[in-house]
Amino acid sequence: MADITITERQAGDVTILDLVGKVTIGEGSVALRNTIRRLLGEGKNKILLNLGGVGYIDSSGIGELVSSFTAVKKEGGVLKLLSLTQKIQDLLAITKLLTVFDTFDDEPSALASYN
Amino acid sequence: MRQIELPSRIESVDEAAMMADEYAKSCGCSDEITFAVDLAIRESVANAVKHGNKFDESKTVHLTLHDKPDGFEITVRDFGTGFSVEDIPDPTDAENLLKANGRGILFMRSFMDEVEWENPADGGLKVKMLKKR
Repeated sequence: MADITITERQAGDVTILDLVGKVTIGEGSVALRNTIRRLLGEGKNKILLNLGGVGYIDSSGIGELVSSFTAVKKEGGVLKLLSLTQKIQDLLAITKLLTVFDTFDDEPSALASYN
Repeated sequence: MRQIELPSRIESVDEAAMMADEYAKSCGCSDEITFAVDLAIRESVANAVKHGNKFDESKTVHLTLHDKPDGFEITVRDFGTGFSVEDIPDPTDAENLLKANGRGILFMRSFMDEVEWENPADGGLKVKMLKKR
């Protein structure tokens, strides 16, 4: 079974990725990287990562979030995070990455922030 | 106590975490301890496979799990060239925030109560971690 499933939805010009599973070293991180690269290749650079279904993330997964953020920014876009679990929030706090990412608890507020 | 020898491949990270989870639960560890142990094992075994043994499958990773009266102790040893932990840049410094790597040791230090590294005389690197009860 795959570590992670990534489902893509579109809300206006924002692409929402619903992540379910683990974002860890190996398959989970690679799947996220490939999806972000593909979206940027398609010119989609407003991306919202819904992490509500992510039960586990390790330092590689956190690194992949950072790489995704910088890759999207480099293409003139914005990547934001939605529905962080308490554990992910704790890890982002420890790494001081809560100061880097825009994070949201609910989808309407997240989508409104792109306007 | 449980001693495990793992091959130097990424799949060993999941394998080590599953064995540790099973052992920690059989010892009656709390959810908090089990979570910390899981995270510390994943980070330290990934470091041993990637940075220590550099995916060389002729080298193994040695993992020891020990449920002691004062807490749950983990040791992870690789057989690479070793390194000094002090040389790892602080990932929370402003200039390192957007780097993709270098947060594993921070996680280990944040979730375990004691973390020590040693360079054994016969090579490699050994990390010993304790999560207190």
